[in-house]
Parts: sequence; structure tokens; C-alpha cells
Amino acid sequence: MADAIALLAAGRRRFAAPPLAVLVLRRIAVSLLLLFAVSVLVFAGTEMLPGDVAQMILGQGATPQALAGLRAALHLNEPAWLRYLHWLWGLLHGNAGHSLVNGMSIATLVGRRLVNSLWLALFTTVVTVPLALTVGITAAIWRGTAYDRVVNMLTIATVSVPEFLFATVAVLIFAVRLRWLPALSLVMRGASFAELLRAYALPVATLSLAIFAQMARMTRAALVNTLSSSYVEMAVLKGVRPVRLVLRHALPNALGPVANAVALSLSFLLGGVVIVETVFSYPGLAKLMVDAVSTRDMPLVQACAMIFCTAYLLLVLVADIIALLANPRLRHR
Amino acid sequence: MNHDTPRGRRRARPSPVALAAGTVVVACFALAVFGPVLAPHAEGTIVSRNIFAPMSAAFPLGTDYLGRDMLSRVLYGARFTIGVALPATLLASGTGTLLGMLAAVRGRTLDAVLSRAMDTLISLPTLIFSLVVVAALGSSITVLVLTAAVIYTPGSYRIARSVAVDLSATDFVKAARARGEGGLAIMLGEILPNMVMPVLTDFGLRFVFIVLLLSSLSFLGLGIQPPYSDWGGMVRENIEGLSAGAPAVIVPAVAIAILTVSVNLLIDNLPGRGSRHRGA
Repeated sequence: MADAIALLAAGRRRFAAPPLAVLVLRRIAVSLLLLFAVSVLVFAGTEMLPGDVAQMILGQGATPQALAGLRAALHLNEPAWLRYLHWLWGLLHGNAGHSLVNGMSIATLVGRRLVNSLWLALFTTVVTVPLALTVGITAAIWRGTAYDRVVNMLTIATVSVPEFLFATVAVLIFAVRLRWLPALSLVMRGASFAELLRAYALPVATLSLAIFAQMARMTRAALVNTLSSSYVEMAVLKGVRPVRLVLRHALPNALGPVANAVALSLSFLLGGVVIVETVFSYPGLAKLMVDAVSTRDMPLVQACAMIFCTAYLLLVLVADIIALLANPRLRHR
Repeated sequence: MNHDTPRGRRRARPSPVALAAGTVVVACFALAVFGPVLAPHAEGTIVSRNIFAPMSAAFPLGTDYLGRDMLSRVLYGARFTIGVALPATLLASGTGTLLGMLAAVRGRTLDAVLSRAMDTLISLPTLIFSLVVVAALGSSITVLVLTAAVIYTPGSYRIARSVAVDLSATDFVKAARARGEGGLAIMLGEILPNMVMPVLTDFGLRFVFIVLLLSSLSFLGLGIQPPYSDWGGMVRENIEGLSAGAPAVIVPAVAIAILTVSVNLLIDNLPGRGSRHRGA
């Protein structure tokens, strides 16, 4: 009896589930809320900064009038929440203020660097995704075999090894011992394709290694999950071969989770890119941020942090929306 | 919960892998305590005129950028790598587990508030978040420990909460409620003893993440500050020696890898563990 009621209730809920568009919009709204919370946290960073920013910019010899003028210009006399709104408003209009160190406009500083980092991320994605999918899928086909165990061991190893170990070992082997590739990745304007390839090879390989294993492992997990469902069991009883079982029966249904895994793994790029750009002196956004942290150039740090956090939230959002589209059951939560 | 473990292995003794990994982990922790006693030289003494010397009988791991003995440096560095990561992990795992149990036992409002707060924290990329904190507050050891703890609390919270929610629906917890036991008694007496394994596994995982995070910060020059050096910092200060192929760059990085890989192998091969929970 109780079961029947539960079933009925479940059925009613299924009919009452909001349309997909509403669910997706709701998920986007959650992301925007999170982004807002993140921006408050990032802004709080400056509030903790000791000392007077105006004094820092103008130096010890500044006249009181100049200090007062700059304070007014930077809205330093206003309460924190008003300054937060000013900052947010500027950020939304692409005006993140000026660097405390060299006075340059942050939009200019960030612009070029952002493009460089996006290239790095794009190359890495193009290299890693097909490779990781292949390894993940084959590991699911031959699960429980020595191959699967080796992949698993490699995953544990790469997940628990710092990126700078990959980077330094790669430089040691390919740049120092073999002299095939440059140790620093400085791309000149108008460089030939071969030069470009050589410059990007090591950073992309390092980054790729950092996210590859995670992606392969999650792909395998998504497939193995589908493989445990009863229709796959039916196919096994029917005598379907393992390769066909995975590719024809399981993969189409696991595409959503797999795409979700790919998007989530790509968010690991954000940590890796900081290390890789530093090791190879790659003129990207992460290197800019690390330098800004060492000089305590807070407006620049905040702008970079907001870009990275937005990218991260965007990737997670895409992953969730894919999962929502792919798995109708998630729509009834 | 144990669906993925092969039958019959469930109550087996520790596997050889677990034993080996466990031995390495214990050895690393022993080095963190006794490293300075075992080191042939003091960490700051310049013992050789050869900088970036290769491995030799006199200096088994070569010398660094100032001509200091790398073996001694690595032995001393264990204190900073493990000694900072361990309290941070204890804090993260302890807070996460406690709050997770509270959320599971104490009803909806607290659960909703805590879970939303944790969702917010988890939506920050870890390294970027620590960079912002270090830019604002500097990188004293207290700041580093607290930052790492805050960043990794949500992961522990999520796992502890999901296990505790499952447990609080069991008959023995319902029985305890019916007996009139309070929330605290149920948490400590009924739920906690039954989630030791997942919490320990998670502890190991968090420890690995925190070691990696702190090493990365040190590698960027934003973690432990000179004159002290953890292993990540040693990679940074010797990076110039990379083109000379000096062991001084690779050795500390390998030391980190040995520590983190063996912790990971240990928790992955523990006998009778629940399925490996992977939080973000």
C-alpha cells in the first residue's frame, strides 16, 4: 500500500516537473548567485589589506591635498559596500581600475594576457580530450584487465604528483638533455607554425598530463556506471561482445555523463595553468596574476581572480547543463 | 557500499601495496620529526663551493644553488611540507566532518544554510582563491594553514554529510532517537563510530590535496618564506639549476611525489574500506 502511494506520488511529480528551459534557467541563476558571492569574497580581499591605498600610490612625499583628491577619486571615503558596488559596476563595464604598481589600465594589462591563456587552454583541450576519451573508453571495455589496472595506477600517480614535477622533468628531458624544444615558451609575433609548435609543445604536454588522467578516469566511471544497468546485463546474456557492448549499448547512454566529466576535468586546467605559465614564463593571465600577488597589486589580483572564477563557474555550469539535458532523471529532483 | 570490491577480499589482510605504501608514509612522517637529527649538515650551512653539484658520495643528493647539502635540506624540509599540511588537514577534515554530521542530524534549516555556504566555497578554484588570500594577508604559516583548511573543508563536509545522512536513516539511529538520546550523543555515539573508514579515507585524500596546494604556493614563491623552505620552495630556489641538470631541482619534487603517491596508494588499498568517495 505504502509502495503504491509512493509510486503514485512519484508519478505525479514526474508530470509536474517544470520544463527543461526553466530548469536550465534556474541552474544559470544559481551560477549567477554563486558568482555574486565569489565577487564579494574577492572584494573582501582588499578590505583586509592594511594601510592606506592612496598613500601607497602617491608615496610618502604626497601632499595632504593630493591624498584627499586621490581618496575621493578612488571612492576611499565611502563605506565598503558602496565601494564594492563601484568596483562591481566598473568590472561589468570592462573598467577594472588601474594597477597600483605601474598605473596602467587593468583592462589593457589583462586583455593580451587573457588571449594568450585562452590559446594555451584551447590547444590543451584539443590535444587532451580525444586522448582521454580513448583511454577512458578502452579502460571501460577491458575493465579488470592489466591494462585497466595500469591506467588506474597512472591516474593515481598523475593526480597526486605536483604539476611542477611534470614541468621540470619535461624541461630536463626535452629541453636540456635532448635539446629538442625550448625551455621557455616565448611566442614572438609573426612566428612560423613550426616555431609555434615548438614553443607550445612543452606547456601543452604538461597541462595535458595534469588533466588527462582525471578525464580518463571519470569517463571510465561514467561508462562503467551505465554498464551496470539491467539492459546492458540483458545484452550480455544475449551474447554481445564486450567492444560492441560498450560502444553500441553503453556509450550512447553515457554520452551525457562523459561530456559532464570532460567539462569538469577542464576546470582543473585553472590550477595547472598557474604553474605551467610560471615554469615556462608564458605571458598569460595566470603569470600576470602571480606577479601581481608578489607585488600585492590588489586591483589587478582581483580582476584576474574574477576572470578565473567566472571561467571556472562557467565550466561547471556547462557540465551541469549537459548532465541535465542528458539524464531526464535529474530533472525530477 | 562495497559493491565494487571483489567478494572474498573484503576481510583480507592488508595487501602488499598497502603495506609498502604505509611504510613509506610512516617513514615520511618520521623524517618530519627526526629529519634534523638525521641530517649530516645543518640546513643553512654552505658545505661546498660547487653549486648544483651532481650526486656524489659526499653529497648523496648533490648541492643546491648556494652549495648547501641537498640531503640535509630535504630532511629539514619535511618538517615544513608535512608539519604545515597536517594541521591544515586535521582542521579541514575535523570541521568538515563535524559540520557534516550536524547538518545530517540537526534538521533542514541548518543543513540548507551549511550546504549553500559550502557550495559557495567549493565554487572557488583552489589555487586562485589562495592567491587572493596570500595577496591580501601575506603568507605566514598561520595564514597558509587556515587558507588550506577553509578551502578543503567543503569536500570533507560533503562526504561526511552524505554518509551521516545515510546513517541517520538506519534503525539503530532511529532506536537511539526513540530512547530519547540527544543530538550530540547520537552524533558521537551512533554515527561517528560507523563512519570512521570514509572519514579516514577522505582525510588521506585531503592531505594529498593540501600538500599539493601548499607545495604549489611555495613553488610560486608565495608559500613558506625563506629562510625556511619546504620541498616546493626548494624546487623554486633551485630552478636555475634545471639547465645544468642538477638533482637539486628534481629531488624535492620527487620527495613530494613519493609522499603523495604513497598516501593515495595506501587509502586506495586499505582492506574493508567503503567505496572510495571522491569529493571535489
